[in-house]
Amino acid sequence: MLNRAIVVLLAQRIALAMLSLLAVSVVVFAVTAVLPGDAAQEQLGQEATPEALAALRAQMGLNVPAPERYLRWLAGMFRGELGTSATTQLPVGELIASRLPNSLLLAAVTALFSVPIALTLGISAAVWRGSWFDRVASAGAVAVVSVPEFLVATLAVLVFAVQLRWLPALSYVSDIESLGQMLRAFAMPVLTLCCVIVAQMMRMTRAAVIDQLEAPYIEMVRLKGASPLRMVLAHALPNAVGPIANAVALSLSYLLGGVIIVETIFNYPGIAKLMVDGVSQRDMPLVQACAMLFCAAYLILVTTADVCGIVANPRLRHR
Amino acid sequence: MTSVSTSGTFPRPAPRCRGSWLTQFGVVGVAGLLVLAFWGLAAAFGPALLSRSGAAGGGEVFAPMSAAHWLGTDYLGRDMLARVIEGARYTVGVALVATLLASGTGTLLALLAAASGRWTDAALSRGLDTLTAIPGKMLALLMVAGFGSSIGMLVVTAAVIYVPGAYRMARSLAININALDYVTVARTRGEGTLYVMLREILPNIAGPMLADLGLRFVYIVLLLASLSFLGLGVQPPSADWGSLVRENIGALADGGASVVVPSLAIASLTIAVNLVIDNLPGRAARERGAR
Repeated sequence: MLNRAIVVLLAQRIALAMLSLLAVSVVVFAVTAVLPGDAAQEQLGQEATPEALAALRAQMGLNVPAPERYLRWLAGMFRGELGTSATTQLPVGELIASRLPNSLLLAAVTALFSVPIALTLGISAAVWRGSWFDRVASAGAVAVVSVPEFLVATLAVLVFAVQLRWLPALSYVSDIESLGQMLRAFAMPVLTLCCVIVAQMMRMTRAAVIDQLEAPYIEMVRLKGASPLRMVLAHALPNAVGPIANAVALSLSYLLGGVIIVETIFNYPGIAKLMVDGVSQRDMPLVQACAMLFCAAYLILVTTADVCGIVANPRLRHR
Repeated sequence: MTSVSTSGTFPRPAPRCRGSWLTQFGVVGVAGLLVLAFWGLAAAFGPALLSRSGAAGGGEVFAPMSAAHWLGTDYLGRDMLARVIEGARYTVGVALVATLLASGTGTLLALLAAASGRWTDAALSRGLDTLTAIPGKMLALLMVAGFGSSIGMLVVTAAVIYVPGAYRMARSLAININALDYVTVARTRGEGTLYVMLREILPNIAGPMLADLGLRFVYIVLLLASLSFLGLGVQPPSADWGSLVRENIGALADGGASVVVPSLAIASLTIAVNLVIDNLPGRAARERGAR
C-alpha cells in the first residue's frame, strides 16, 4: 500500500514539522526570555545596587549572550530538564507531569464524544443538503463558531447548571470517588468543548462529503439505480475518508485553543490552567515549557491531518 | 506609522454614498450595518453622554433590570448600561486599531513580496509561516507573559498574530495582479518597486482585502475578549466586554443580566460583521475581478 512516492511525501511532511517546531522554539524563547529585557532588573526593581544586579544575573545565567542561552535552554528541553518554576520553586517537569494526565483525559473524552456526533451530523447535512435539517445544523454551527468559547461555556452553565440543575458548575477532579462523580465533574467542560469542536468538524466534514457527492461518478452511481444509502456508504464515503480524517485532525487542533478557556472557566486542574496561571504570575520557565508542549501537540495534529490526506489519496497509491 | 495611514485611506464600506449602497445590502445586511453603527457611535460618543449617570457604584449589587438601571447593576453596584458602553470603546476601538495595523502591515509586506524579487518573497513567506505554527491564543499568552498587557501591547499582540493571515491573503491576490500585462508595462516604463506596489497593485487588491479586514476584525474581537476573560487583557479599572463577563461571573448562578448582556454584546458585534460581509454589494464581481 505504501509506495515510494508516499514515503517520500510523508518524510517531507514530518521533516517540515520538525523544522517548524525548531523555528517555534526560537520564537518562544525570543518572546519570553530575550525581548522583554533584563529579568534580573525587573525582579530587583530600579533601586537595586549594581553588585546585587550582577550577582542575580550570574545566578540566572543572564551574563551569557542570548544565542548561547537559547542553545542551553533547547538542550535542556531535549534532556527533559525544564528548569524550576519561578513562583513555586518546584521543578517544571513535575508540575506538568501532575497536570498533563488531567488535560489528556479531558481531550480524549471530548474527542470520543465529538467525533462520532460531528461525523454523523456532517454527513447527514451533506446528504440532505438544502433541507431544513441542513440549514438548522449549518446555521447553528456558524453561530457557535462566531462567538467566543467562554460565551458557549457561560450559556452551558446557565442552561444545565442554573436552570435545569442537572450538573455542578465547577469541576474538582481531586474529590472524585466514583464513576458517577467523575462523569458529573467532566460533564460541563466536555459539553462546552464538544459544542465548539463539533461545530468546526461538522462544517469541514459537510464540505468534504459534498465535494464527493457532486463528482461525476456519483451521478453514474445514481443512474445505475443504487439506493441513496448505498450511494453514500459504499461509493462516496470511501473516497471522502482522506478529507474527513484531515478535517477531524484539524478540528481537534481547535481543542488546544478551546481548552485554555474551558479549563480556566471551570477551574479544571489541567495543563492550560497551569499555563494561564504561569502567564499571570510571569513564571517564564513554566510558560516556556507549556508553550512548547502546546505547539508540539498542535504541529503533531496538523501534520497528522496532512498525513491522512496523503495516505488516503488513491491517486498517490497507484503511481 | 505608514502601515496605519495606508490602510486608513481604504474607503470604509459604510459611510460613502449611503443611499445607493443601502438598497444593495438587503434587509439582513442593513440590520448588520445598523448594529455596527450603533456600537460605533456608542464607542465614540457614549462615555461622554453617560459621564453623569451613576457609574460610580455604591448601589445595590447585581440589581435586576429596572427604570433606574436599564440593564441592572454589576458586582460593585455600578450601572451595567454605562459599563457596557464604556466597554464598547475598548472592545471596538482596540480591535479596530489592531485590525488596521494587522491588515495594513500584512498588505504592505505582501506588496513588497510580490513586487520585489524571489528572495524577499521566500524570506517573508517562511518567516511569517513560523508564526502560524503557533496557535493564536498560545502566541497571545506568550506575548502577554513577555510584555504585559497594556492597551498598546494588546494592539501589537493582536496585530502580530493576524499579520500572517492578512499577508497570505494579500500575497495570493498580489502575485496574480503582478503577472498582468499592465504591471509589466509599468516596469518597462521604468517605474520603481514602490510605484508598482502602491499605484499598480494596491488599488486592484483593495476590494477583497476589505472583506478580509472585516473577518480579521471578528477574529481579533474574539481573541481580545478571550484574553480579557482570562484576566490577561484589558486591566481594571478599565474593562472591555470580555472583562465585564469575567467581573460579573458571580451573577451567573442566578442568570443575572450583568453577565448575559456583555456576552450578547460581543455576539451581536461579531455576527453583525459577518452579516455585513456576506451581503457586501458587488462582492462576487470583485472576487471575479481578483481572480
